[in-house]
Amino acid sequence: LATLGERLDRLYSNPSGFYGWLVAVNHRSVGTRIIVTAFIFFLIGGIEAILLRTQLIQANLDVLSPQAYNEFFTLHGTTMMFLFAVPMVEGFAAYLVPLMLGARDMPYPRLNAFGYWCFLFGGIFLYASFLAGAVPDGGWFAYPPLTGPVHTPGLNMDFWLLGITFVEISAIVAAIEIIVAVIKFRARGMSANRIPLFVWGELVTALMIIVAFPALLAASVFLELDRKIGTHFYNPLTGGEPLLWQHLFWIFGHPEVYIIFLPAAGIVSAIIPTFSQRPIVGYNLIVMATVATGFLSFGVWAHHMYATGIPFLSLAFFAAASFMITIPTGVQIFAWIGTIWNGKSVFKTPFLFVLGFLVIFVLGGLTGVMVAVVPFDLQVHDSYFVVAHFHYVLIGGMVFPMFAGFYYWFPKMTGKLLSENLGKLNFWTMFIGFNITFFPMHILGLLGMPRRVYTYQTGLGWETLNLLATIGAYILAISILMFIVNVFRSLKAGEPAGANPWNGGTLEWAADSPPKNYNFLINPTVGSRYPLWQDDDIYLGENVDARANSLVVEPHHAHRATQGTSALYAEPDTIVRLPVPSPLPLLLAFGLVVLFASILVNLIVPALLGIVWTLVIGGIWLWPSEGDFVE
Amino acid sequence: MLLAVLMLLTSCESPSTLEPRGPRAGLVAGLWWWLLLWATVVAVVTFTFLGVALWRSRQDKPLDKTMGISGEKFALLAGAVFPAIVLLVITLVTLEVMAELDEPAGDNPSHVIEVIGWMWWWEVRYPGTDAVTANEIHIPAGETVEFRVSSADVIHSFWVPEIAGKVDMMPGGENIFWIRADEPGIYRGQCAEFCGLQHAFMAKLLIAHEPEEYQAWLERESQPAPEPVDPVLQRGQEVFMENQCHFCHAIRGTEAVGIVGPDLTHIMSRQTLGAVTIDNSIGNLAAWTADPHRFKPGVKMPPVHFAGEDFEALIAYLVSLE
Repeated sequence: LATLGERLDRLYSNPSGFYGWLVAVNHRSVGTRIIVTAFIFFLIGGIEAILLRTQLIQANLDVLSPQAYNEFFTLHGTTMMFLFAVPMVEGFAAYLVPLMLGARDMPYPRLNAFGYWCFLFGGIFLYASFLAGAVPDGGWFAYPPLTGPVHTPGLNMDFWLLGITFVEISAIVAAIEIIVAVIKFRARGMSANRIPLFVWGELVTALMIIVAFPALLAASVFLELDRKIGTHFYNPLTGGEPLLWQHLFWIFGHPEVYIIFLPAAGIVSAIIPTFSQRPIVGYNLIVMATVATGFLSFGVWAHHMYATGIPFLSLAFFAAASFMITIPTGVQIFAWIGTIWNGKSVFKTPFLFVLGFLVIFVLGGLTGVMVAVVPFDLQVHDSYFVVAHFHYVLIGGMVFPMFAGFYYWFPKMTGKLLSENLGKLNFWTMFIGFNITFFPMHILGLLGMPRRVYTYQTGLGWETLNLLATIGAYILAISILMFIVNVFRSLKAGEPAGANPWNGGTLEWAADSPPKNYNFLINPTVGSRYPLWQDDDIYLGENVDARANSLVVEPHHAHRATQGTSALYAEPDTIVRLPVPSPLPLLLAFGLVVLFASILVNLIVPALLGIVWTLVIGGIWLWPSEGDFVE
Repeated sequence: MLLAVLMLLTSCESPSTLEPRGPRAGLVAGLWWWLLLWATVVAVVTFTFLGVALWRSRQDKPLDKTMGISGEKFALLAGAVFPAIVLLVITLVTLEVMAELDEPAGDNPSHVIEVIGWMWWWEVRYPGTDAVTANEIHIPAGETVEFRVSSADVIHSFWVPEIAGKVDMMPGGENIFWIRADEPGIYRGQCAEFCGLQHAFMAKLLIAHEPEEYQAWLERESQPAPEPVDPVLQRGQEVFMENQCHFCHAIRGTEAVGIVGPDLTHIMSRQTLGAVTIDNSIGNLAAWTADPHRFKPGVKMPPVHFAGEDFEALIAYLVSLE
């Protein structure tokens, strides 16, 4: 007779073979896919950046044609924001949130898988523009009228608009997933004040996505209507308003920055306690700061529009709101410093990346305050100063924590440790390469160099600094290569990690490394924020195997299920049945591909077929079947 | 390092925001040094705390021995109260400088100049006169001038770092602001809003004259082009009209009244061609006219499809437009 563990493992495993890969819905399969795919897009966006920097290494080069340069900077921004940063933080959530909450899966595993397929197809859709020779070239911000039907008559912007619409769908479904998971799937006893800070960050991010992404969705639908059926939302000649796009875009676009940052801050809040070997300082403050950031981020969008001619009186409010948003971030930074101060630092690679984050992000925050000062911004807006600023906050604020997270959780995901030596080399080259690349850009901006120029003339004092920046970019690229080497070496012959290699305190370290398909044999119970440090009896003193075996006969162990708990105090109140592997997510996403591809090339009948296909698959998906209901 | 940075910042070859040549940029340059000071203070405080924290965290000490103040209080004092005070000061100064930028100090504008953005050049009009020029904006030095900027196609942005920060040029609307250059001089600026293929080569020169000189320039610029008497120039003018040049370009005093390209009435009085892409000289004018895409790929002007005597006559005619 197989043990319960073996039986559960089989119950939660993906079917074998290629078909099994297509129908997988398990949160760790989906999460790993999102992370790997987003990392590949990170590499693609990085290669684009290297090409852009190579073109600018000297004045008047033509490594890239003007058209190619404009295409590559458009793709670089679009890829990094839509295909790397947002999916990456959602990938981390899909993998880690159930483990940290002590759940067996995300609440809607099929929706999770559907989100992944939308993300993948959206990325492929965008890059398919190369095959059509109509690569988007209007910038990741896509301001009309430049991107409207008159000035971009080709399919370039249609690829962009439809591609990111896919990604928007993916972001929104992931957000729903995360919110429901945090509200309903927490371990027994994990009341609101015991939720890991990483999960808090992901929760606030998910709520922000729900509010912010529809603005972008509306904006892009309007623009696509302008382009395809001749509406005039953004056409100034017929009473449309180009500024409408900018408002809608930045109502999405500024929260977007925090959508990326808050989960990254959550990673930092997870790593610093582990490598200080003490609980975080100011847990309540950090939670409040995270929530406050989420709210304030919706009141600052017009600081991207200081130069558009909005009256100074209105701008003053946006400047004040932009100053205010630094305060919750300041609180977080000093809570982290306080944790380090009171702890015992362990200088392992994840901790180094977190320290790199602290230094770079603080510098980026300081230039952020500067660009929020309206008169100063009017000088540096759309100059290289801004390029320097936002790479400090985005690479500093998201990429460094992400690498910290890779080094921290890679052992959990694979069971293997990454090499510390290579990791430290990886960190120092990245830290130095980053600063050599982006620090000179501050000065370039002050010296009058505008952004998004494919080349520049000699004699303007911009040559040395551009050369320096490009050299830094090459160092950064080498650093990323080191990371890839480290991953492959470790996958092949890494040191075994064990369940808890860093002596972490949160629930994911209670699971095996890599976790079994069912994550936890029985749903754990917690009595504190760091159950593994407090020696919380997460299995309630029972012999896990014996207790679990006694449960085998119960119906909810005959199919995938996890425990649902109440929203505030996390008392168990339901057993939630989880779906089995299914081709429906892929088929539904495929219907959208047919629909969007048909819209792209103006084919009505296939577009209608795509709609019908999507509706039919959606109907099958929603058709109630026996045991679908919460018990 | 810092010294090298400061030297770079004050090198004179760049159109630098930190070497202001007028009050509008001057206010902001002063603001920058002040902001840099505050940013340095905050950075030093933060990194000192971080450094001490790391140093203390390596000491062998019992884990319950803490900093002597509750962590919450520390985070609130250092992370909220301290920045809030700094930010309050910055807010007040910001509002003060904004008020100064909004209204020209002292005198009312003496002149009004309209600038219209096109992909990828600048049309400049002087209301009340017939003067129309391109890519060069002449102003009287020491006087406050009102600018009205807009766009004929996509969004562009007006920027002359040594004189004034950005003001976007919106299609279908007009943004109004004031400018003053303290001294006569030539100040370079580039379009600052991505406007398509040749955004990189959409530059302009702001040329400040002594006020009398400016009046003389304005009168000269307002004159129509003289009727050519030399037969070669007459042939050149015919070539201009026969080859559709006049669909896009205007030459005041002739039947060429196109508006989608730069006004050529006094083209040889200008310093550059193609929106500060190349210097203006007879050789460059001929080369540009023959194939502007050599210098500025994708520019809206097509290459001419004829050569020989007609081409030479055309160039001779253009060269006569001083």
